[in-house]
Amino acid sequence: MTSEKKHILDPEKWISLHSDYLYNYAISRINKTEISKDLVQETFFAALNAMKNFEGKASERTWLVAILKRKIIDYYRKINSTKGQAEVRMNFYNEGEYEGDWIEQRVPQTWGNDADKNIENSELANTLAACIASLPEKYSIVFKMKTLQGFATEDICKELDITTSNLWVIIHRARTQLRKCMEDNWFIK
Amino acid sequence: MVKFKITCDQATTICDKSQYGNATIMEIIRLRFHFLGCKLCVIYTKQNNLLSKILNRIKKRNAICCLSKEEKEQMRLKFQEEFFKKNNN
Repeated sequence: MTSEKKHILDPEKWISLHSDYLYNYAISRINKTEISKDLVQETFFAALNAMKNFEGKASERTWLVAILKRKIIDYYRKINSTKGQAEVRMNFYNEGEYEGDWIEQRVPQTWGNDADKNIENSELANTLAACIASLPEKYSIVFKMKTLQGFATEDICKELDITTSNLWVIIHRARTQLRKCMEDNWFIK
Repeated sequence: MVKFKITCDQATTICDKSQYGNATIMEIIRLRFHFLGCKLCVIYTKQNNLLSKILNRIKKRNAICCLSKEEKEQMRLKFQEEFFKKNNN
């Protein structure tokens, strides 16, 4: 008798057993309810078509997550290539002779001495959440995974197929924009 | 000879990395050195620390959500359709 148990697939139970798990997996990365739902649905369709390739080595859920991961990478690549080109990014640092210096009109303003008094204020947190939502999507996905979901740098890079330096450039741009957004919408209105 | 002089863009990048505990000691030294001549990046860093505190609060407050019954039912219907299509072929 073999000790290794072979896993089997039971598509009729997929939705009741795995849809919440897959949805949480997707939403913690994409953070858009409609798109996350679509990705989960597509995952089930793709799984149905790929059933004959299932070897039974991994559990059903692991196998489904692997398919969802591909869907997430595809989605990330898509927004990276299409929207990315049309999108105007705000620059905060000079190029050319003064490369890397703050652009004069966009230097950080002081927020006053009592800026850190109100951090318990939930309106403040809401404003920041709105600022995060206004980031270009390809920044916000990486930023949220790193900051709000607390994923390890290597895991994010692996999942989204980007390099470490790429990740930090994105985090840097996201945070520079967030700082400015909070300045304009909360601290110096 | 190690290059100490960095631009504001580089300095703030290090500051961002350090928010996650990912800056190296050498980078922190360069950042401190940069602070001596640049008050703007001092302001950025102070504000960035404040943002991190607020972000931590958002992190705690974010509860993970689930699919509603209706959403699951919809998903199930679409899936069954696909399932039968496949089995009839």
